[in-house]
Amino acid sequence: MSTGAPPLSGPPKPQAKALNCPKCGAAIVLRSFGQAETVVCASCHCILDAKDPNLAIFQQFEIETSDIRPLIPLGTRGKLRGTDYEVIGFERRSTQVDGITYCWHEYVLYNPYKGVGYLSEYNGHWNDISICKVLPTVDHNMFGGSSLTANYLGESYKHFQTADANTDFVLGEFPWQVRVGEKAAVTDYVHPPRVLSSEQLDQEVTWSIGEYMYGREIWETFKLPGRPPEAMGVYENQPSAVRTNVTGMWVAFAGFAVFLLALMSGFAMRAKKEPVFHETYRYNRADSKAEASFVTDVFELTGRTSTVEVKTYAPVSNHWIYLNYALINQDTGQAWDFGREVSYYYGYDSDGSWTEGKQNDDVVIPSVPPGHYYLRIEPEADPSLSGIPYTVDVTYDVPVYGIYGIAFLALLVPVIIISFRAYTFERSRWSESDHPPMQLSSSSGDDE
Amino acid sequence: MTQPVSNCPNCGAKIVFRWSSSVQTVCEFCKSILVRTDVDLKKVGQVADLPSDSSPIQINTEGKFGNRAFVVVGRILYEYDQGGWNEWHVMMNDGTSAWLSDAQNEYALSLSSKAQNLPAAAQVHIGQQFIWNNQPYTVSVITPAHYRGVEGELPFQYWDKTDVTFVDLRSESRKFATLDYSDPEPALYLGELVEFDDLKLKNLRSFAGW
Repeated sequence: MSTGAPPLSGPPKPQAKALNCPKCGAAIVLRSFGQAETVVCASCHCILDAKDPNLAIFQQFEIETSDIRPLIPLGTRGKLRGTDYEVIGFERRSTQVDGITYCWHEYVLYNPYKGVGYLSEYNGHWNDISICKVLPTVDHNMFGGSSLTANYLGESYKHFQTADANTDFVLGEFPWQVRVGEKAAVTDYVHPPRVLSSEQLDQEVTWSIGEYMYGREIWETFKLPGRPPEAMGVYENQPSAVRTNVTGMWVAFAGFAVFLLALMSGFAMRAKKEPVFHETYRYNRADSKAEASFVTDVFELTGRTSTVEVKTYAPVSNHWIYLNYALINQDTGQAWDFGREVSYYYGYDSDGSWTEGKQNDDVVIPSVPPGHYYLRIEPEADPSLSGIPYTVDVTYDVPVYGIYGIAFLALLVPVIIISFRAYTFERSRWSESDHPPMQLSSSSGDDE
Repeated sequence: MTQPVSNCPNCGAKIVFRWSSSVQTVCEFCKSILVRTDVDLKKVGQVADLPSDSSPIQINTEGKFGNRAFVVVGRILYEYDQGGWNEWHVMMNDGTSAWLSDAQNEYALSLSSKAQNLPAAAQVHIGQQFIWNNQPYTVSVITPAHYRGVEGELPFQYWDKTDVTFVDLRSESRKFATLDYSDPEPALYLGELVEFDDLKLKNLRSFAGW
């Protein structure tokens, strides 16, 4: 070597490798720069040793149908959560539950800097999956059976299902020794929108964490033509259609109810309930023609602007009496007109005895300013009545409760509707799990 | 950092030490393994061609660990039954040496620990717990590995290895520990798993088509 700094010859730039299947001669592309353990020949279904320059054959598998095709073709690239990934592998897996076979698909993704990632798809539901870097912990139940919760990065996941997953069909590259027919015990724990899965093959347990994705997001990511397959049913870690946090909503509701109650009792305690007027009059048909209306003595409302309650009592029985009232402010002339009917009927028919109405009536006029007031009263009565006494009571500053009841109901109704929708969504989710909710009715298959 | 310059005793090429405490380096041109003595460089071995690997890291890659910048100055390449992995020797900007491992794009950064009374390889079994620096660690994997080669500067002599055993210990956080049984005396490394993006790596290798 002579003097000076010779040019640096760095290691060659890694290239995707093009090889040929040792069995059938078909072209094989190795896209993962040596990360793959196995690669599958798409034409003769041989599983080959990707680490071997001669691609030694590990296994050749039979396929029952030729229509198993990845929805995202191998070699497709897309930006997933900020990283460009290329689809390098695809497998179909299945599980048998109560004699029914359920199939799903898994895609192997690769980026030379970030490594391998995965996507899974079941009935139009997608998950973006990666291998856990930190080991989850599992709480074993007292019977030593399948554990009910797992914890990962400070979050608790509920056991959803444990099942054997069979590998049915493989295509492309895999960073592990993939074999068709291999069975792994897969356990899923959910905390929507995430799913924590453990996959046990022999003695080796691999944990992965997935996050739910919608078909349209996958289509956008990989710029796929057409539309994604419709998602069927509710998937184990699908985010609830009810976006609201139901527990939080009830807590907020309870808080509001307490607030209403406090407001109500506060106003009730502050209310003076001051009797300002009490008088008994008599209605006589005989002289009613002459002077239909009259005015009462003046009474004073003191303090702040508040409610005025007007109570009317008349000992009617199978009669009515109707009073046209006007509450008039002597100082300003401002008047509040209102009519009240007092009627009470009773009788007996085929259903038994009945009554209708009451001998008492009360009404509350809101926001009456303090001042000097009097009532103008114009009574009318049942033509069959010749005369009847009636009593008028006026109370200033009475508490009103109705508004609180309306506010309470106005909040309660949506809270109940949202809770019910959240409940039915969770029911559909868990009906597919190892812990189905108790059946309320015999109907099933509530897909949609 | 001082950058002592000398020449390869084998081919005469210029040898630059980027890290003053480096004990060993590899001549970039003739692949001689050179060890520093008090006076000069001594050739102790020769690196066979390293297998092509797909680590995106290379000598001179720069990055950050927390708020400390580092530069990659060397590496040890190992193989085990699931592929190869690299222990990249990095020099922190405060002069300390650390290791950035890349195993199938899983990255971790660790530092040599001075802990005493480390268990012998034969005494370690999966599930066993150890506590170092008040942090409990559980033995998760015992990996029989094969030394495959070295490149660049290392803080110790490391070239005549064959089979070596590594014990990986995990915690419930991102912290992990490695027991290295390359030498008669076990060595402990404490570190944490790091995200590629958090390392803010520059001067990475490029891949055809990416």
